Amino acid sequence: MGSKLMPFIFLIAIALSLPVFAQQEKPGAQPAAPAAPPDPSKPMPSLQPQPTTVPGRPDIPNAEVAQQLRNVAPLPFGAPPDKLPTAQLKLPKGFKVEVYASGIPNARSLRVGDKGTVFVSNRVLDKVYAIVDKNGKREAKVIASGLDRPNGLAFHKGALYIAEATKILKLENIEDNLENPPKPVAVYSDFLNHQSHGWKFMALGPDNKLYVNVGSPCNICEPPATNGQIRRISLDGGSADVVARGVRNSVGFDWHPVTKELYFTDNGRDWLSEDLPEDELNRVTKIGQHFGFPYCHQGNFTDRELGWGRSCDEFEKPVALLGPHSAALGMRFYTGKMFPSQYQNAIFVARHGSWNRTKKIGGDVVVVKLNKDGSVKSQEPFLTGFLQNNEYSGRPVDVQVMKDGSLLLSDDHAGAVYRVSYGNAKVAGR
Amino acid sequence: MSGAGPEAERRLRLFFYSGGGPRTQSLVALIVVAALVLSAAPAGAATLQDLLTVCLGCHGAKGQSAIPEVPSLGGQPAFYLTIQLMMFRERLRAVEPMNQMLRGLGDDDLRAMADHIAKLPPPEPAAGPVDPARVERARALIEQNRCNFCHNRNYSGAENVPRLAGQREDYLAKALSEYKNNTRRGYDASMADVLYPVSDEQLTDLAYFLARQR
Repeated sequence: MGSKLMPFIFLIAIALSLPVFAQQEKPGAQPAAPAAPPDPSKPMPSLQPQPTTVPGRPDIPNAEVAQQLRNVAPLPFGAPPDKLPTAQLKLPKGFKVEVYASGIPNARSLRVGDKGTVFVSNRVLDKVYAIVDKNGKREAKVIASGLDRPNGLAFHKGALYIAEATKILKLENIEDNLENPPKPVAVYSDFLNHQSHGWKFMALGPDNKLYVNVGSPCNICEPPATNGQIRRISLDGGSADVVARGVRNSVGFDWHPVTKELYFTDNGRDWLSEDLPEDELNRVTKIGQHFGFPYCHQGNFTDRELGWGRSCDEFEKPVALLGPHSAALGMRFYTGKMFPSQYQNAIFVARHGSWNRTKKIGGDVVVVKLNKDGSVKSQEPFLTGFLQNNEYSGRPVDVQVMKDGSLLLSDDHAGAVYRVSYGNAKVAGR
Repeated sequence: MSGAGPEAERRLRLFFYSGGGPRTQSLVALIVVAALVLSAAPAGAATLQDLLTVCLGCHGAKGQSAIPEVPSLGGQPAFYLTIQLMMFRERLRAVEPMNQMLRGLGDDDLRAMADHIAKLPPPEPAAGPVDPARVERARALIEQNRCNFCHNRNYSGAENVPRLAGQREDYLAKALSEYKNNTRRGYDASMADVLYPVSDEQLTDLAYFLARQR
């Protein structure tokens, strides 16, 4: 800084500041102050609060308890690999877990390109990454940024599709251009802009259409007709129809490898109770089915505010309940060859873990095994250990079956991707 | 505290000359402080401490801001501050002087800044006579919307949730209204969610009340 400028700067500053500071002197300018000004050292007058609550806001008499229900924020920076809790993670016998890539803040949805590139999305940040090999070390390379909650990813014929909050973008021929990615082109934008559940999960269906969750813009409300649904959209964005209605917010779905039926997770409402409702695993057997939100939760009870005059019999029932507030998000059918045969065509579900519960649950991966007819046979823990002493060291978001049969798992809390393998299989791609 | 070196000085210059500040008032205070800092420090020796001096030139060296719509930062939880600094750095919150100031800083720099700022004393609440009708309306709203669940009963904030007690009334009103009309991005959707049914007039009551809490 040239010192010649200094006097000049001070002059401008002082000149400009005169009216400014004069303006600041003016206090809140409250007309009609009370006759006797209260003593500021005394507490505010105690006034009886209105006993009514806004719908969806809880009645919890004890504020100390309520504070334990504060939302859990993801860490703003990805944790270094040596700070990740790999050693405390537990799996069934014969499985092991290792860090696949780290330092990816808010790592959300996972998708694999035709040439094997792993893509990772963001929800609270603005980026999409490709995991690339650099000198034998995996690292995340930003391929798109400045996006609005780009949570959803799908891949089709060389193109990566990204679902932002209000748009679906396309990155053509991305795997051949990771060093110099093309500018994303919007293919669809018929979405409302809303904060609550505004991010979108997306997947490519067996009919080569983009399936997108259009969440309910609230905890509990009558959503607009455009929301609370899973929508499918043609790849060019030219046509769309509704696949499932009465969906609160699905952040994971996949198709049964044999029957091709769509299964999806759905997150139950908050602030109803510690134990109700449970998150759902649903199965679409007919296009356009209604799954109950906001009238019926977990297939067997009506909402205390919006359920009056309705019955759960009007709606499709879940095929499995996945735990209260557990935040069941990403799910994939296992079609790989590496894991034992009992896992073939079973569903791995990433449970992000509860925040709206004093004793947290989830923060794990469960495996849901199905009967031949597509109904649920069992549900059991698969990967646990992120949740210890009621605190998360990681929060699972999405699972992705790799070509070699291993399973990737994203964690948006510490910003990492893990790889689960069975037997003595080596890490692929090293 | 890690030194930011010549990079910090470059940033000060950029910031100083940007002229893109949203408000003349802030810019003026900034000019004064930037000039003081740069004239005191030998060229190329600006550190993170110098940056902080610039920050607190506007936000208040003792945790209390005297500048309209510039928030007091004293007593804010360090985790909340870290998140906001990151959001400014990544331009998730678009406030030009803040974006310029934080551009390219490392994660550790942001953590160090947040830790330093969090140790400043909480701001003094707005003084003067109190309008009981507004207080009553605000209390009812807070009860209805459960603000105290996350922000604590005394509005001190915790973890990722900011302190509200004693914050500048004009800043509170601005922040609330930006959350409500979706022009301020939250780290999560909670505030936009909560404020959806709250009217603009009610927001000013909330700001009035919270600015007068200790």
